[in-house]
Amino acid sequence: MSESRIKIVEKILNANERLAHENRQRIDEATAYSINLMASPGAGKTSFILATINGLQDEGVQIGVIEGDTAPVTIDSDKITAVGMPVVQVNTGGECHLDALMVEIALDQLPLYTIDLLLVENVGNLICPAAFALGTHSNILIASTPEGDDKPYKYPNIYRGLDVLIINKIDLLPYLDFDMDYFQQGVEMLNPGLISFAVSCKTGEGIENWLEWIKAKLPKK
Amino acid sequence: MHELSVTESVLEIACKHAEKAGAKKVTDVYLVIGRLSSIVDDSVEFYWQMITEDTLCRDARLHFKRVPAELVCLECGHQYLLAQELTPCPNCGSARIRILSGDEFNIESIEIQR
Repeated sequence: MSESRIKIVEKILNANERLAHENRQRIDEATAYSINLMASPGAGKTSFILATINGLQDEGVQIGVIEGDTAPVTIDSDKITAVGMPVVQVNTGGECHLDALMVEIALDQLPLYTIDLLLVENVGNLICPAAFALGTHSNILIASTPEGDDKPYKYPNIYRGLDVLIINKIDLLPYLDFDMDYFQQGVEMLNPGLISFAVSCKTGEGIENWLEWIKAKLPKK
Repeated sequence: MHELSVTESVLEIACKHAEKAGAKKVTDVYLVIGRLSSIVDDSVEFYWQMITEDTLCRDARLHFKRVPAELVCLECGHQYLLAQELTPCPNCGSARIRILSGDEFNIESIEIQR
């Protein structure tokens, strides 16, 4: 019997990254723009999706949604169905994040070629979703003010992979000890120059700026 | 976090390379984990025992090598290692920093018997 050491150097999550790459190709072929929407539970992911649909619907933008949840519920997807957009509910079976395979399966169930914007609502969690690429064009985090201003310091990885940051619930700022300068210094250290939009999905404040940004990203069909 | 799916990925990669090399058995698996990649060694060990039962990796030992996170200040060029929480540059106080390493999450090598 002989022993030997085999050098590998392979990323542990390599399989996921390959699938994510395939997802991207499919989404690109359908000329849709796609977003991985991450946040902690209760930050306003679904409200943000509804505000985005509300702002783009009249302009004829077709939006498809993938709703990730750890439990077999349809609370979020029912809200999307109610406003007339195609939605697929993914139950992760207790897993703390969506992965590229779950998105691949969900893509099969969406009318991808009629969609201009694909919004993937990840499981509410600031840790695990950061490690799993889905194949979307951009990663967006919704940070809400009641969560506190220290979140970039406590969950650095999720901030590092972002393309856009949404700061939600700014209407609550007068009632909270949220130090915006401290928060933004943390963000700046992790992701210098990150594009961010301060909004309130409840009052609609700031949503217009976000809509301008996303409209410029949409494919001209 | 998601230790089970991580452990399954490790097993899949280790078995793939072991089979390719004509191994009868894998005795050791060497992982490199950056300071910024969160993983609980004990949980991985626990799942590893469970899922390797009927595979080439049965009884193989897992080795975790931790590598530090290195940062560089974009103002003064000072390089430093991440201590506890993220802090501005200890040399000039600037918050304009870039993280150079610490994301590693790799299988580096395996030890096999033929």
